[in-house]
Amino acid sequence: MEYISLFVKSIFVDNMIFAYFLGMCSYLAVSKNVKTANGLGLAVIFVLLCTLPLNWLLNTYVLQPGALKWLGPQFAEVDLSFLSFIVFIAVIAAFTQLVEMIVEKFLPSLYSSLGIYLPLIAVNCAILGGSLFMQQRDFTGIGESAVYALGSGIGWYLAIVALAAIREKMSYCNVPKPLKGIGITFITVGLMGMAFMIFMGIQL
Amino acid sequence: MASKLKETILNPIFKGNPITVLVLGICSSLAVTVQLKGALVMALSVIVVTGLSSLVCSLLRKTIPNRVRIIVQLVVVALMVILVDQILKAGEGTYAIDKQLSVYIGLIITNCIVMGRIEAFALGNKPIPSLLDGLANGAGYGLILIIVAFFRELLGSGTLFGLQVLPASYVPNNLVILPPFALILLGCIIWVHRALDKDLQED
Repeated sequence: MEYISLFVKSIFVDNMIFAYFLGMCSYLAVSKNVKTANGLGLAVIFVLLCTLPLNWLLNTYVLQPGALKWLGPQFAEVDLSFLSFIVFIAVIAAFTQLVEMIVEKFLPSLYSSLGIYLPLIAVNCAILGGSLFMQQRDFTGIGESAVYALGSGIGWYLAIVALAAIREKMSYCNVPKPLKGIGITFITVGLMGMAFMIFMGIQL
Repeated sequence: MASKLKETILNPIFKGNPITVLVLGICSSLAVTVQLKGALVMALSVIVVTGLSSLVCSLLRKTIPNRVRIIVQLVVVALMVILVDQILKAGEGTYAIDKQLSVYIGLIITNCIVMGRIEAFALGNKPIPSLLDGLANGAGYGLILIIVAFFRELLGSGTLFGLQVLPASYVPNNLVILPPFALILLGCIIWVHRALDKDLQED
C-alpha cells in the first residue's frame, strides 16, 4: 500500500518537471515531436530505474555516516557522505555509456534521432536529482527507491510526451514573433504545471 | 585583443545569455528563485563553479583523451561543486541557505551551462579567456536568476531580501511562489529580450 502511494505521488504530486524543474534542458530541446520524445522518455525511465537502486546501495553501505560498519568496528565513525556527488555522477555516467552502446547496436534509427541527447542523459538533472532526493529522504529499502525511480521516470515521460504533442499542434498556430519557439514553450509548460497542481495534497 | 576579451565577457551576459538564448541550465534556475537571498547564493556558486572548472579543463585540455573527456569534465565539475557545498555548509550564515537550496547545489554538476562552456570554449582556448568566459556565463545566468527572484519575492511575499517592501495591506499572491509561475515569468523575460533584439527571433 505504501508503495502504491509513493508511486502515485512520485508520478503526479512530486512530478520531476512540474514540481522540481529537473531535466528541463533536454525536456525543452527534445520535445519538438512525439516520436523522439517517446524514445528519450523511455531512456530516462530505464536509466533512472537502474541507477537509483544502485546509488541507494552505495549510499547505504559505503557513503552514509557509519555505513562502513560491516567492514569492522574501527570503520563505524567513517563518514564519506561528502563524496556522494562524485560517486553518484560516476555511476550515472558509466550507465549512460552502457545504454548508449545498447541503443546504438539494436535501435539505430532511434539512436540517430536522439543524437546528442542520449549522452546528455548523463547530465540530465532528473537522474542525478532522483539520487539526491533518495539520499535526502532516507528511503528505507531498495524496493522503495526502485518504486520511486519508476514513478518519477514515468512522470517525466508523461510530461515530455504531453508537451511534444502540444508543440506539434502549436506549429500551426499564429504566435507573436518574439514569443515563437522557446518563449511560448515556457508559457505552455507553466500552464501545464498549473494543471498538474490539482494533484497536490492527494493522500492514498 | 582587448576588444576580444571584452566581447568574451559581455556576450554571454546579454546577446548570448545562457538561459534566454541558449536555453541551458533551466533546471536549477527556476527552483531557487522564490527568494532573492537563495538566488544570490546560487548565482555566486554557479559563477565560481563555471569559472574554475573552465579554467581547470582549459589547463588540462591537451592531456584529456577525447574519448573519455565527458567523464573527466564531470569529475572536475563535481570536485568544484563539492568545494562550494562544503564551504556553504561551513559558513555560519550560509548553512541555513544551503539547507533551503537542498539538492540544487549538488545539481550544479549537471547544469548544462558548466558542461556546455567547457565543451564549446574551454577545450579550445587558453586558460585566462576560458576563466573569463566561465565567469561571464555564470554572471549571465545569475542575472536572469536575480530578475526572476526579484519579481517572485516582491509579488509573492511583498518582501525583498526578507525586508517588507510593499505596504502591509498588500495581499501576497500565492501563485507567484508556486513553480509554474517561474516558467511563465521566464517566458515573459524571453519575450521582452527577443522583442528588443530582433536578431534572436525564430522563424
